[in-house]
Order: sequence, then structure tokens, then C-alpha cells
Amino acid sequence: MTTIGEHVELDLVPAGNHRRAAVVTRDQLLAAATALLGAGMRLALVSGHDDGTSMRAVYLFTSGPPDRRVELHLEIDRSSPQVPSLAGVSFPASRFEREMRDLFGIEPIAHPQPRRLVLHQHWPANWFALRHGTGHRPEMVADAGGFPFIPVEGAGVYEIPVGPVHAGLIEPGHFRFWVVGETILRMKARLWYLHKGIERLFEGRDVSSGLELAERISGDTAVGHSLAYCLAIEDALSIEIPPAARVSRSILLELERLYNHVADIGALCNDVGFALANARALGLREQLLQLNGEVTGHRLLRSGIRPGGARLQRLPGAGELSEVSEQFEDLIELATSNALVMERFTGTAVLDAAHGAELGVVGVAGRASGVGCDCRVAHPWVEAGAEFSETVRSDGDVRARFEVRVGEVRTSLALLSEMLGRAGELDSVAEIGEIVGSGEPAWRRSGVRTGLRSGEPSGLRSGVRTGLRSGEPSGLRSGVGITEAWRGAVVHRVELGPDRRLTRVKVVDPSFLNWPAVPVSLADTIVPDFPLANKSFNLSYAGNDL
Amino acid sequence: MSSSWPAATVAATSVLQVVLLVVGGPLLVGLMRKVRCRLEGRAGPPIHQPLLDLRKLARRERMRPEHATWVFSAAPLVLVGTTLVIAAVAPLLTTSPAFGQYGDLFAIVYLLLLGSVALALGALDTATAFGGMGASRAMTIGAVAEPALLLSVLALSIPAHSSDLPAIITGSLTHPIWLATPQRLLALVAFVIVIVAESGRLPVDNPSTHLELTMVHEAMILEYAGADLALVRLGESMRLALMICLLADLFVPWGIATAPGPAHVGLGLVAIVAKVAVLGAGLAAFEVTVARLRLFRVPELMAGAFVLAVLAVVSALVSP
Repeated sequence: MTTIGEHVELDLVPAGNHRRAAVVTRDQLLAAATALLGAGMRLALVSGHDDGTSMRAVYLFTSGPPDRRVELHLEIDRSSPQVPSLAGVSFPASRFEREMRDLFGIEPIAHPQPRRLVLHQHWPANWFALRHGTGHRPEMVADAGGFPFIPVEGAGVYEIPVGPVHAGLIEPGHFRFWVVGETILRMKARLWYLHKGIERLFEGRDVSSGLELAERISGDTAVGHSLAYCLAIEDALSIEIPPAARVSRSILLELERLYNHVADIGALCNDVGFALANARALGLREQLLQLNGEVTGHRLLRSGIRPGGARLQRLPGAGELSEVSEQFEDLIELATSNALVMERFTGTAVLDAAHGAELGVVGVAGRASGVGCDCRVAHPWVEAGAEFSETVRSDGDVRARFEVRVGEVRTSLALLSEMLGRAGELDSVAEIGEIVGSGEPAWRRSGVRTGLRSGEPSGLRSGVRTGLRSGEPSGLRSGVGITEAWRGAVVHRVELGPDRRLTRVKVVDPSFLNWPAVPVSLADTIVPDFPLANKSFNLSYAGNDL
Repeated sequence: MSSSWPAATVAATSVLQVVLLVVGGPLLVGLMRKVRCRLEGRAGPPIHQPLLDLRKLARRERMRPEHATWVFSAAPLVLVGTTLVIAAVAPLLTTSPAFGQYGDLFAIVYLLLLGSVALALGALDTATAFGGMGASRAMTIGAVAEPALLLSVLALSIPAHSSDLPAIITGSLTHPIWLATPQRLLALVAFVIVIVAESGRLPVDNPSTHLELTMVHEAMILEYAGADLALVRLGESMRLALMICLLADLFVPWGIATAPGPAHVGLGLVAIVAKVAVLGAGLAAFEVTVARLRLFRVPELMAGAFVLAVLAVVSALVSP
């Protein structure tokens, strides 16, 4: 028994890499979650599961350093699927619960916003994509309701609808502004135009074809997502990956951060009309993309990361990196020495620390508001290196988000130089087939085989049971992967059946957690500054919509 | 001097001015884009690209919003019409007084602004959020830019005791010292700021943005398509060329035709083309170095222009 908080006792058993899990009842869930949040953990992921005769919700809490991951498993009665809502204690939970409600039909009890989140109004009611046995394409209906905008009324208030199709080459999202004069009273974003059912597409795939999908969750985060996926797979199968592969993976992760941050810095300048800096940044980005192409064979760094390791075609050269560094410093000098640019960035779209913490903002946006952590420190899978330093700002404005990116590019360049010295074989991949065949993952072999619950009915589809419950060799194996991708924490939780096929993959892109922060930051912002504010967050639509 | 301008020469000059603006306006926009691209290290489209765009747009279908009225359709015509009228009757290449009262600087400037008002009305007529937003912003900027423009024109006309454009230019040519007086320099700065604002250039507006929420001028014309859009594009480029032309005539008048005859007018033509190209390129180069002002800072910039114009007037009144 592990005591968390004052009165909550959880029967936590080891479940994986730094991960412990407990089965809770409906009555215990809220108290347990409150205690874990109170102990400084964040709710990183909530995943619904359809186990056949019953359903299940998994709540993953994380904190670090030291790396701690706690899972709460709640069994849900299939005949009336309900969970107690955690919306009162965690804002991210309220969003996860709405997502689960749309995709599994699991109703959060006493949820403050019992509305659709993922599925737009034309999806039929009572059609739940992630339940087993649900057909592929339902008949769309005119309006199943449940996706309203709440209007704002008053003298001089008018509405500006924008999107989902925009003038630039950006992803689709609909924004609705209620405005007096030029001041934004309220903004509501309607996303999920890119809902592709990725989590369902994972089901039934084997590990390597799951990787192809993970790389394509959000095109600009190929490394972040494929790495989180591989870490989760390796956690589930207890694969020890070679040290050289860890360094190679770190190199890829930083290369991805580099090209994206450079592009964002240029785009921020472009959005205030300073196209000169953007032209320079785009040139530098192209240089980085060409380097990426030579390092992995793909300009967006696909196919470098493999389950069990990493495969590079060559390492970036020290000379190439110092050239990038030189050009980058010129670019930053150009942008920061322009008073008009800095004036536009300063004080625009402020997200203060209190709001940021309450919303559970992660990554660049979190660090610019002085909240959140860097998973490279909190959940390390490679020695961070002496060059690692976190860039944190407290202002929470566009300038802070700009400066965090600048700091992170410098850190990435320093880390890359250091990693070059530690790099080993280019092609270093552990055999995953063999290890899977050898049976028990390491943490199970260590003698901990506590059945979380006794009297477990053979609930899962095709006789599959979760490893957590009984430790059976034929059981499901679960794994969690956490990486600090360039936008922030990417978390994957996978479950594998005994045939090593994926039965469930839950993906959390940092954009899912950060999108609600965009409207909050717009208080006191004027309409023509919205594109700049939005770009300073630069959240993914594809990663959010899944 | 006035009697020596034969009607045929005046008519020919008129036609020349119209052709010059219709062809030269889009070319000026192309030149400014080219300069900007080159300074940013990009190749950029050819200088005549705006002309090709006009041809492309003119062939396309006119799409008009369902509920728009004649105001929407008339706005591009007013915009192009007013600029054509100025091109036909205002002495841009010559100081010929044969243009009579049409050379009045106030008349020219306010004919130019009539086009802006027409576009704003056309934008409001579409009843879309963006049309209203763009029109409201353009009128906000216009309302603070116009007093500055009015006063700087006044400051220019005080030494010549006339607001007649040929009179002001002739005065400057006979007394070059006028060009270096404080009032003329102060009025120059105010005039340039107003030109930048009225033509929707950086740092007041960004003509190349795709961000619909930040647009001023572009938001007003979002609903125009096909030949209507071609007219709007033609009108705005002619307006830009006209304003720079006025700037050149008022502040760097040398080369302008002071006597009739093909040789003088030809020289005036070459001179004005060269001056406008240089000024346009300079404006484009300036744009590369600046970012766009926050919308609520624009009135502050205009207030600055207004103060300079007031100083110019005061300085003109107190100087001998």
C-alpha cells in the first residue's frame, strides 16, 4: 500500500519503466486523483479502453525529476458507461473526459461542459468510433446537436468568423471572435476538422507498421511522436536499447527542434511584417532540412527512429552545426535589434503563470509563462549532458515565447555538438523480435506479480487480459513513452496483445493541452494581433485532432 | 507663358499622362516588389507581373456577393475614374497653366481620397465581417491622416500664394531655396507619412500579408473578384504612382516641362519616370527594414505627421 496525500491509500504495483499502477473504484478515483495532483503530478493522459464485456479508463499522472509515473485504472460497466468527472480538480481532465465521451460513449458524471469536443454536429449520436464492433463510416446526419457556440451580446459587440479555410497555407480550424471595436471579448476555437481516427487506425497493427503511423500523426513532429511511440513499445516489451541508439535518438530530437524553432522565429517576424528576417529564417530552415535529409534520408526526419533503436545515414558535421549557429545568431541579431519588431512582441497575448498552471500548459508555451517542465529532465532516457539548460521566462507574452525558442535553439545546438562526441554506431537497433519471444519483461521478472485485482473475469476481447491484472504471460502488455518534442511533452500509451499487435494506442500531443490557452491569452488583445498570438503558440491541428 | 501652350500639346500631354499612369502604376508596384525581394535575397517575380495579373483577372468571372448593391459595383469604377481624371487634367509632366483650375492641389488630393471613401463604402456594402472591419480601420487611419495632408498642402501653398500645382512648382523652380526651407522639409515628412498610410504600405498596413485579421486595405477588397478586382488593383497602383508623382513634382521638381514642345515634354516624361522609380524603390527599401506598427499605434504616427504639418504651416506663416 502506498499512501498518497493524507487519507488515500493506493495498492500501487510496478507496471513498467518508472511506472506504477493501481486499480481504483469509482468512489476512490476523485480522491486518488486529487491526492496525486496535490503531490505535484500532472495528468498526462486519460485513455478509454474497450475490453469487450467491460470498459476501462486509464489515468496517467507524471512528475519529474525524479521520473514518476502513476496509473489509475478504473473499470467501467459497459451497460451504463460512466466515470466520475475530475473536471473539478483538473482542467485537462475535463478535456480528456469529453474526448472519451465522444469516442467511447463513456459519460463523465457532473461534467461542467457536457458537450461534444471531437465530433462535429454531423456525426450521428450514439456512434462511438473506438468501441469495438463499430462500423467504419457512419451515415452523417444534418445536425445531431451538441456543438454550439455561446453567443456574446451587448451594445457594439460583433462577431468575426474566420476559417476553417484560411488564406495562408495553414491547417484548418475555425475561430470565432466576439469583438467590441478592435478588442477581443471572447474567442472560441473549433478544431477537429482533421480528425482522422488515428488511434483507431493503430488498432491491430504490428509494431513496425504502427511506427509508420506514429511518424505521420503530425508531420512536423515525426521524431517526437515516433520516439514516444517507440519508448512506449520498448516499455511494454522491456527492451533495453543500445547506448549508441539513445544518443542517435537525442540527435534526431534536437534536429527536429532546430528546424521547427527556426521556422517559428521567422514566422513570428513575418507576422509583424518584418519579412526580411523570415526570408533569412526560411533559408536557414532549408539548410537544416537538407541536413535532415542526409542524416535520415527524409527531410522531416522520418524513418530514423526504429523500435529498439535508431538508424542514421550519417551524423551532422561539427562544421555544419557551427555554420548554422553563426547564421542563427545573425538572424536573432537582425530581429532583436529592430525596435518595431520587439515592440510588437512585448506585452502581446499574455498567458500568466496562474492560468498556465491551471490549464496544464506544457512545452514552449508553458516555459514562457514560467510553468511546466522539460521532459528531457523530468523523464530522461538519455544522459542530458552538461550543455543542457532550460530556458524559462515568466512574462508569458509573445516575446517570452520567442525568447524561449531562441534559448532552446542555442541549447539544441550545444547539445548536438556534445552528442556528436558521444555518438556511436549509426545503425544500432536492438532485436525486438527475440526479446518479445523471451517472454517476461524485466519488471515482471523481478518477482513482482501482484494481481491488481482478484477474481478478474476473463473480460478482454479474444481472451486477452491485461498484464496488470494477473501477470499472465498471455496478457496485455502496456507501455508509456514520454518525450519532449519541440512543442512540448508528447505522451503515448500503448497496449499490445499476446500476438504483439497493438490493441490500443493513446496519443497526447502537446497541442491538445495547449489549445485552451490560446483564447485565455487573448484577454486585452486586439483583433489584428491575433495571428501573431496564435503563431507564438504555433499549435498543431493534426496532432490535436488525431 | 500661358498663351504659348497650344491646345494640341495640352491634349497630347493629357493622353500621355493617362497612358503613363495606366501602364506605369502596375509597373511601379512590380518594381517595388522586385526591389523588396532582391533585398531579402529572393529572386522575385518579373517587374511586369502586375500587368500580367491584371490581364488574368480581367478575363475571370465577376463574382459579386449576393446581397451587395450598386455601391459595391461602383466603388472600383470610382477608384479608377478619379485617378484617371487626375491623370487627364492635372499637370504632372508640365507646369502648363493651361490645365487651369484643375491643377489645384486641394482638388487633386481630395479626388484621390474620394477613391478611398468609395472602396470603404463598397466594403461596408458587402455586409461581411471583414469588409466592415477593413472599412472601419481604413477610415480610422484616414480620419487622422487627412488633417496632416490638408495642413501640409496648406504649408506648400503659402509661399506661392496659391494652391495651384503649376504655381507651386514654378515658384520652387524660380526660388530653389524654397525647397530647403523648414516648412517645405516638415511638410515633406508629413506628406510622405500620409502617402505611406493612404497607399496601405508598411509600417501602417502590410500589402503582402495573407493574415485576414490583420488586413486594412486588403480586408476591404476581399469580396472583389475577376474584372472588379482587376479594376481595384489597377486603381490602387495608379493611386500609388500618382502620389509618388506628386511627391516628386512638389519636392524635386527639376526636369518638369516648363515650355511646350515635344522635346520639353519628352524630357519631363523621362524625368518623372526616373524620379518616381527612384522614390518607389526607396520606399520599398525602407519597407524592408521596418515591421508593421500595432494598429493602435498608427494614429500616434499620424498625430506625429499632423504636428509636423502644423509646424510647417506656422513656419511658413512667420517666415518672410
